[in-house]
Amino acid sequence: MQTNHPPIPIPLRKTPTGIEGLDEITDGGLPQGRPTLVCGSAGCGKTLLAIEFLVRGIQQYDEPGVLMAFEETAEELSANVTSLGFDLPALQKAGKLRLDHVHVDRSEIEETGEYDLEGLFIRLGHAIDSIGARRVVLDTVEALFSGFPNQAVLRSEIRRLFRWLKDKGVTAVITAERGEGSLTRQGLEEYVSDCVILLDNRIQDQITTRRLRIVKYRGSTHGTNEYPYLIGEEGLSVLPVTSLKLGHDVSDRIVSSGIPALDGMFGLKGFYEGSSILIGGTAGTAKTTLAAAFAREVCLNKGRCLFFAFEESPRQLLRNMRSVGIDLEPCLEKDLLRIEASRPTLNGLERHLVTLHQLVRDFKPQAVVIDPISNLVSVGNLQEVRSMLTRLIDFLKVNGITALFTALINPRTGQVEMIEDAVSSLMDTWIMLRDLEGIGERNRGMSILKSRGMSHSNQVREFIVTGNGIELLDVIIGPTGIVTGSARLAQRLQEQAQADAHQHELDRKDRELERKRRVLEATIANLRTEFESVEDELRRINQEEQTRQPTLPEGKKTLPSGPASGAGKTTRRKGR
Amino acid sequence: MKREVPTSLAGTGKIVPAQPVSAAQTPSNELVHYVLHLYITGVTPNSTRAVINLKEICEHYLKDRYELLIIDLYQQPELASRDQIIAAPTLVRKHPQPLRRLVGDLSDRERVLASLGIASA
Repeated sequence: MQTNHPPIPIPLRKTPTGIEGLDEITDGGLPQGRPTLVCGSAGCGKTLLAIEFLVRGIQQYDEPGVLMAFEETAEELSANVTSLGFDLPALQKAGKLRLDHVHVDRSEIEETGEYDLEGLFIRLGHAIDSIGARRVVLDTVEALFSGFPNQAVLRSEIRRLFRWLKDKGVTAVITAERGEGSLTRQGLEEYVSDCVILLDNRIQDQITTRRLRIVKYRGSTHGTNEYPYLIGEEGLSVLPVTSLKLGHDVSDRIVSSGIPALDGMFGLKGFYEGSSILIGGTAGTAKTTLAAAFAREVCLNKGRCLFFAFEESPRQLLRNMRSVGIDLEPCLEKDLLRIEASRPTLNGLERHLVTLHQLVRDFKPQAVVIDPISNLVSVGNLQEVRSMLTRLIDFLKVNGITALFTALINPRTGQVEMIEDAVSSLMDTWIMLRDLEGIGERNRGMSILKSRGMSHSNQVREFIVTGNGIELLDVIIGPTGIVTGSARLAQRLQEQAQADAHQHELDRKDRELERKRRVLEATIANLRTEFESVEDELRRINQEEQTRQPTLPEGKKTLPSGPASGAGKTTRRKGR
Repeated sequence: MKREVPTSLAGTGKIVPAQPVSAAQTPSNELVHYVLHLYITGVTPNSTRAVINLKEICEHYLKDRYELLIIDLYQQPELASRDQIIAAPTLVRKHPQPLRRLVGDLSDRERVLASLGIASA
């Protein structure tokens, strides 16, 4: 295709190694068609890196490779990497790989005059041409120095070899032993100037951590940090200290904490799926219990949960959690829960990290619990733990896995035993458990320090661990704030008494009213009886009056002229 | 394998690749029979010198009790790997045992003789 643009200089082309993490920090791989020097002390995994470079090249990029081994025979090498799932004989048979063991034995070799290493060139050239190799590994070319005493010849020949490899256009990895005060024992770095990778095996507090650093990479940007790497069951993995971008997807879904009352403290009734949750607290504040409650909740919702226990064995954890009504056994049986218990000191931090990576990849959990992260400090220093956690959280977030961590807080300083801000900034939700000490007792209080992306309660809630799990108690506010424990009981009793008294008062008033009502009713009845009798009397008088009224004229008739008799009659009636 | 044969090689008449140049037919009673393989790389100065030096030595010290095979690695590159050749030229004493490797153009005669186990006297 023709373009009108001026020709753009071709950027350095790269050959992806296929090694996990290495291509990320080298920004695409090793320089294509050029030699790369991999140096490191014994046991660093130089050979492994080199072999993996070849095998992945064949498997993933269909680039045949030649391995020229100066120290180990083909059989030994094949056996060594079988455990990693690399089947070198099969690759050889398929014509994708050539293994050539170069046997160097000083006792057999005698110098009798001028020579060069053309024999090696021919061997290599033949191996490359016979399978059309694009990748070449020279495993510890320095072994030649032990076989050939003439240093001047060797050096010029090695220089020529690297030049020749470049001309061949193969991407080569040359391993070399680390030297005192220099990168390699024989100063090979002078000859390989394109890319130098340094592997380091460092022992700190009796724990080994392997680290990889790109010392130089001509013509390319590259990560300059020291990156931890591991030799795991699937080969080498280099762990970028931080994920290269914060571009993971987020979920709006909510997962329950397993404790309804705690859910109630969050505006959306739980944690965001894929968020990271830190439960911090002093010793004995039921951090593990909270974590287990969460784990069970995940399993009850048919999710898988990976539980890293750094303090308790799985059995112990099960027993202890059963005692507080959190039965994890069914979850284990259904293989929804997996408990990975190990002492933090068993491995270096990186090993833990890689174990986790592998388990996550195999088990595909929806949630991961790590109990506790503060214990990891015993393995590495704060910075290392922090960088490990950063990597861990990034890894989990990218995979959309909800992560719950517990952390022990130093009761004296009240700080998480780690650089607090470092951890804090990584966590989306931070639940703080604490001892509420007073009037001769300790009680447990729970509060939410932060919860990104949702509102949350600002109250310190007291909670108790019962045989049925964790129960959050209602907030009781006393005269001096929230009251807990026996003070809470006292407060409750007092309130009860007040309520009772109030009720009594009300009852009494009711009774008083009733009495008054009855008195009034009685009075009314009395009055009514009185009224009735009066009415009765009046009615009788009236009646008599009416019966007498007609007799009067009659009487007057019989006694018309005798007023005295008439008067006498009247008097008599009245007297009756 | 497909390397060009150095043109001058055949013309020299001295080196016939992968062919026994001289085979002793008369096994001496007391003297050991030698089997020597010389690996060279075409007609580089070192290789040419090595061939000349070795022939001299063989004719002088091992007359009629040696078998010499000269191999040009350019023509048979697969042999380099099979026979563990690194340097060129390389002389391999196959017999008598133990196996010995002499690297270089074989100009240090004292050393060559000592390494091959040939009494210089």
